[in-house]
Amino acid sequence: MLKDIFNKKKKYATVPSEKIKQDVPEGIMTKCPGCKSIIYSKELEKSNKVCVKCGYHHQMNAFERIKNTLDEGSFEEFNAGMISENPLSFPDYVERLEKDRKKSSLNEAVVTGEGTINSQRTAIAVMDARFRMGSMGSVVGEKITRTIEHADKEKIPFIIFTASGGARMQEGVLSLMQMAKSSVALKRFSDNGGLFISVMTHPTTGGVSASFASVGDYNFAEPKAMIGFAGRRIIEQTIREDLPEDFQTAEFLLNHGQLDSVIHRADMKKTLSTVLMIHSKGGDR
Amino acid sequence: MANRLDFERPVQELEDKIEELKSFMDEKNIDLSDEISRLQKRLAYMEEEVYGNMTAWNRVQLARHPERPTTLDYIDRIFDDFIELHGDRAFGDDEAIVGGIATFEDKPVTVVGHQRGKDTKENLRRNFGMPHPEGYRKALRLMKQAEKFNRPVVFLLDTKGAFPGKAAEERGQSEAIARNLIEMAGLTVPIVCIVIGEGASGGALAIGVGNHVHMLENSWYSVISPEGAAALLWKDSSLAQQAADTMKITAPDLKELDVIDEIVPEAKGGAHRNVEEQAASIQKVLKKSLEELSKLSKTELVEQRYEKYRNIGQYTFVTDTIGLK
Repeated sequence: MLKDIFNKKKKYATVPSEKIKQDVPEGIMTKCPGCKSIIYSKELEKSNKVCVKCGYHHQMNAFERIKNTLDEGSFEEFNAGMISENPLSFPDYVERLEKDRKKSSLNEAVVTGEGTINSQRTAIAVMDARFRMGSMGSVVGEKITRTIEHADKEKIPFIIFTASGGARMQEGVLSLMQMAKSSVALKRFSDNGGLFISVMTHPTTGGVSASFASVGDYNFAEPKAMIGFAGRRIIEQTIREDLPEDFQTAEFLLNHGQLDSVIHRADMKKTLSTVLMIHSKGGDR
Repeated sequence: MANRLDFERPVQELEDKIEELKSFMDEKNIDLSDEISRLQKRLAYMEEEVYGNMTAWNRVQLARHPERPTTLDYIDRIFDDFIELHGDRAFGDDEAIVGGIATFEDKPVTVVGHQRGKDTKENLRRNFGMPHPEGYRKALRLMKQAEKFNRPVVFLLDTKGAFPGKAAEERGQSEAIARNLIEMAGLTVPIVCIVIGEGASGGALAIGVGNHVHMLENSWYSVISPEGAAALLWKDSSLAQQAADTMKITAPDLKELDVIDEIVPEAKGGAHRNVEEQAASIQKVLKKSLEELSKLSKTELVEQRYEKYRNIGQYTFVTDTIGLK
């Protein structure tokens, strides 16, 4: 892996490509996309993957997120072995899934389960952008729906960390229908008084942004996370004008009234814990 | 004579030939009826050949036909006493979505649909049937109103997608769509959705969560347009024809995938060839749906919708679970 990087650098001697940027965290050093400085990966991990120099929030994988959010050892995973089929017989889909399973050590793009935050029970779903860009197909929809149903049955809150490019192309209309599936479950949960907190992380777009991510009782986001319905490039092509630099960032959404708050990663657990605590003081839950 | 598409050309040529012979026969007073009846037989065979073997792309072409009937064409023909209602009460009126109250078979209904234009001028006004958040919020306002007065809601879907624009993002396109999904999930009145043309992505689904979902025979419905799929998957939007096939977007495909309830048949060559007949077949399927759903209580309606969507998706399990590392 490291050898590849050096080879490519010799050839081009330019800013690392997207692919290299993604590969670097697996090595010793990481280049910060925020301030371009080179950081020891281990040091970055110590600071919850937030750049100590510029505050850039590097992407977290699902298990890093769980570790960062839940009480140690409290997480119990649900349906870890659920995997995608190939309902449309889409060419190469099975191979791509297999590749991402190896790359990410995950069976699908979301990890779900239950755990505690400062001893308060919660159901949780964490999306992982390393697996098919965090896209939602049947498995992601099903695992999230089952987690909401679990929260409803147990009368505990439901927290989701989103990180997704949207609906998964290779499962076609079935992916689209996962938006409806998770919505019927969320509606029932909500009608039963369930507390739902949505935390949008980089990136949250398309069909995920246009379903559960946007309808939390509380909508939070990490700083600078890209959040939006349509892709920036498509919008630029459609309206033929340049978009502001902060377009579709968490801060942009906050300014336009689409978010309750933008929360630094270091404060995330504390904030979630406080919300759960406030809710535990009233009503049945 | 309606505009014909490329794949229909053999049919059209034969029809023209028959017309020609007929007028020649009248003019010259020669009996060519044997020849004509032979050609008519051949025409019937050829129609079967052309319209019986349509590719997914042929259906996409018909769904986009400039003369294809729109929501308002059907509202005119299927409903009585329609009064259009405008605005979301917060920002403005989005003419890419129309809606209002009407009677259907003498009973009150709310009807809402995507509305594209029939010419450039109307398309500009209606933004080519691609809604902004205020369009979806108008739809939301009208469905909640229907719920209050306990009347069913009929949604007609026909959009290339929710509009991808700066203003749409600023006003919360995602939230507007997401909110509708949630509210449709819990609506205590019958919801019947019919895809009449194009059903692209979240922009279509935002008025598409129903107790019954039907599709016109030559409409399409998917997570993305064929062009979008080709661009994203193969970096080449010219592969749209192939994508239309691979993505399984036609009414027969969706029936096979258990996503829709019924396929509403179209006239040979598409809905625009006989708008009255098309409206009548939609009316028929709508009547059946509403009669069936009227037997369900409020709780049962919500429950039925829950089960319907709960069961969509395909997955399996492996035993080598990975777990927290």
